[in-house]
Amino acid sequence: MSETAHQSPHHIDVKEFHPRAQAAIHNPKIRQNFRKAMDGLMSKRKSAFEGWDLETLRDLGANIRLRALANLPDLLEQLEEKLTENGIKVHWALDSDEACRIVRDICVARDAKSVIKGKSMVSEEMELNHYLEGQGIEALESDLGEYIVQLAGETPSHIIMPAIHKNTGEISELMHEKTGTDLSHDVEYLTAAARQQLREKFMNADVGVSGVNFAVAETGTLCLVENEGNGRMTTTVPPCHIAVTGIEKVVPNLEDVTALMALLTRSATGQHITTYFNMISGPRKADEMDGPEEVHLVLVDNGRSSIYQDDELLDTLRCIRCGACMNHCPVYTRVGGHTYGTTYPGPIGKILMPHLIGLDEGRHLPTASSLCGACGEVCPVKIPIPDLLVRLRQESVDGDKLHPARVTGHGAKRGAMEAMIWKGWSWMHAHPGAYRFGTNMAARFRMLQPGQIGGWTQYRTAPKLAPKTLHEKLKERGQ
Amino acid sequence: MVDPIKVYPPKPSKVYFYGTCLVDMFYPDAGMAGIQLLEREGIEVIFPENQTCCGQPAYTSGYHDEARAVAKAQLGLFPEDWPIVVPSGSCGGMMRKHYPALFKDTGDDVKAAEIAGRVWELTDFLLNVCHIKLEDLGEPTTVAMHTSCSARREMGVAEVGPKLLGQLSNVNLVEQVRTEECCGFGGTFAIRHPEISGAMVSEKVDAIVDTGAKDFVTTDCGCLMNIAGYAEKNRKPLEGQHILSFLWERTSAKKGERS
Ligand code: SF4
Repeated sequence: MSETAHQSPHHIDVKEFHPRAQAAIHNPKIRQNFRKAMDGLMSKRKSAFEGWDLETLRDLGANIRLRALANLPDLLEQLEEKLTENGIKVHWALDSDEACRIVRDICVARDAKSVIKGKSMVSEEMELNHYLEGQGIEALESDLGEYIVQLAGETPSHIIMPAIHKNTGEISELMHEKTGTDLSHDVEYLTAAARQQLREKFMNADVGVSGVNFAVAETGTLCLVENEGNGRMTTTVPPCHIAVTGIEKVVPNLEDVTALMALLTRSATGQHITTYFNMISGPRKADEMDGPEEVHLVLVDNGRSSIYQDDELLDTLRCIRCGACMNHCPVYTRVGGHTYGTTYPGPIGKILMPHLIGLDEGRHLPTASSLCGACGEVCPVKIPIPDLLVRLRQESVDGDKLHPARVTGHGAKRGAMEAMIWKGWSWMHAHPGAYRFGTNMAARFRMLQPGQIGGWTQYRTAPKLAPKTLHEKLKERGQ
Repeated sequence: MVDPIKVYPPKPSKVYFYGTCLVDMFYPDAGMAGIQLLEREGIEVIFPENQTCCGQPAYTSGYHDEARAVAKAQLGLFPEDWPIVVPSGSCGGMMRKHYPALFKDTGDDVKAAEIAGRVWELTDFLLNVCHIKLEDLGEPTTVAMHTSCSARREMGVAEVGPKLLGQLSNVNLVEQVRTEECCGFGGTFAIRHPEISGAMVSEKVDAIVDTGAKDFVTTDCGCLMNIAGYAEKNRKPLEGQHILSFLWERTSAKKGERS
């Protein structure tokens, strides 16, 4: 992997999570935009599942994903075989750089100068736009949210709703400034204006790049879920279509897609079904009127196969990218997506990004959670996100000799002082006599208790030691 | 997540009481209230003197060797097969859900799993094992309740508190908006990320104050410290109590002192 592989085009330092969080917390606009949006999404999800046996459906979703991952190598082979039979060319990329080069080579072979893109988080992971621009190829986002984010020179702040951090007024100003549309709070007008601008690009683009929601091994079909029709345009109008996806997105059979779809759209936006559901099974055939002349699939590894080696961390790969964990995360709601500084923000980002960027970069991510469990509770494929956060915390301080760490950069967060405090804490609580002596003394001399305890007393009073411990009270009672 | 179906044991004659370190040092009256409630149900309460802490603070901070040493010291405290009751969803969750993981690949895994299977959050135990019937002796009052995230999601007892409070004829239980949202405690999270935690607790306190309740009860001392501590520092008209202290006070003729 080259040194620049993960450098953001905007030079966001993942390690600077803390100051960014602080700034976001004190920014009333961000607080308001996210609170409102997340409240809306939470209630939509809730009503979308009304009347469903959600637990059974989640079990089904989890099992489908588990089964797919258990057979991942075989399924990927089968997928490649079927796709090739269908006339789709399959490429394998070990990391972002290689994936970018593959896309470039396809573009160069077609002498392509402009690329139109549908929504794809893997392409964000690859920083494909940035790369293509460097190669003299224009890459334009066609998903409305992505388009807005691109106009603003930003990255998505949510995996499903990239521009959710902006309200209508901000979007209107941005479009006015960048594209000359009238200032207006009329959402219909703004949408129509963006559509107009994009239509022209669609017609002239040489290549369309899209993501993939599910890749079906049985039939060699690429499934794409979307609401705006831009996905359909991206995959059919330009003469060449390149789909990019992580290697984990494969499922065995078409019928698996039905259950996952039901979970995906309801969990994400509270929709029973999306407006468009595209199934791509190959390039235009000789007797067909439209569709691209060539179709490619780039299967991106980028650290995934190393997660695959570990029984516990493997669960991360079940993710179907619905974003429900973000929508329900009290931390994400307070700080917004950009604070994380990572391609995938929120709970899924905290367990996925350490694999992609290493724990030296991402060492603060696993701690930025109260472990409240809301993410794990809503995850449609039952990823035990809080448990994985604890596992990664352990890796970030190398805190378990029995189960050595595996993620790159492990131990980066270990500080001598902190490690010593836990050692002392551990000794005292493993020796009941010492514990009782210590707590009795603390109770007796509670007047000497410090009034300030770091971050705690910034917002709260210090907890007050009781005059007698429960141990003492019970002893007096003769127990 | 907790198993959707819990299999409650029949009401036993004896239980082990696991006090937790926060109850021990900061809220011993909540522990005493829990013990008295059990005794009133005719259950003999055994308090193993050598108990200290379940090991959770180190565990969630990633120091698993240190957590294991502490947890191991607790494993020998419950030799008989009586239930182990804990006045805290979070320590209960640690013992029930995380002990088996913590002792994986050690010689203690079977023992840890056996103990985990006997751990109950105390209010859940009172309601669903003891089938407690509460008689309210207190003045009319309005309270809000906060169920800790671990009580809610790890121990699956979100329904229990409201049901117990519902038995009290003079208590009007009100529900705040986003009742299931975390109060921002999260152990060391509150210290590592003070701003985020502060934002969470401030919104939680506002939500409770907006109900008009001047008092709230909670299942966990961590949340109690957090919510009541924020209210006190920011002079919000809100006081908190552990739910066990509240239940005991309202149902015992002699008023217990508040911790
Ligand atoms: S981790 Fe679960 S909830 Fe979060 S995006 Fe993935 S599938 Fe959705």
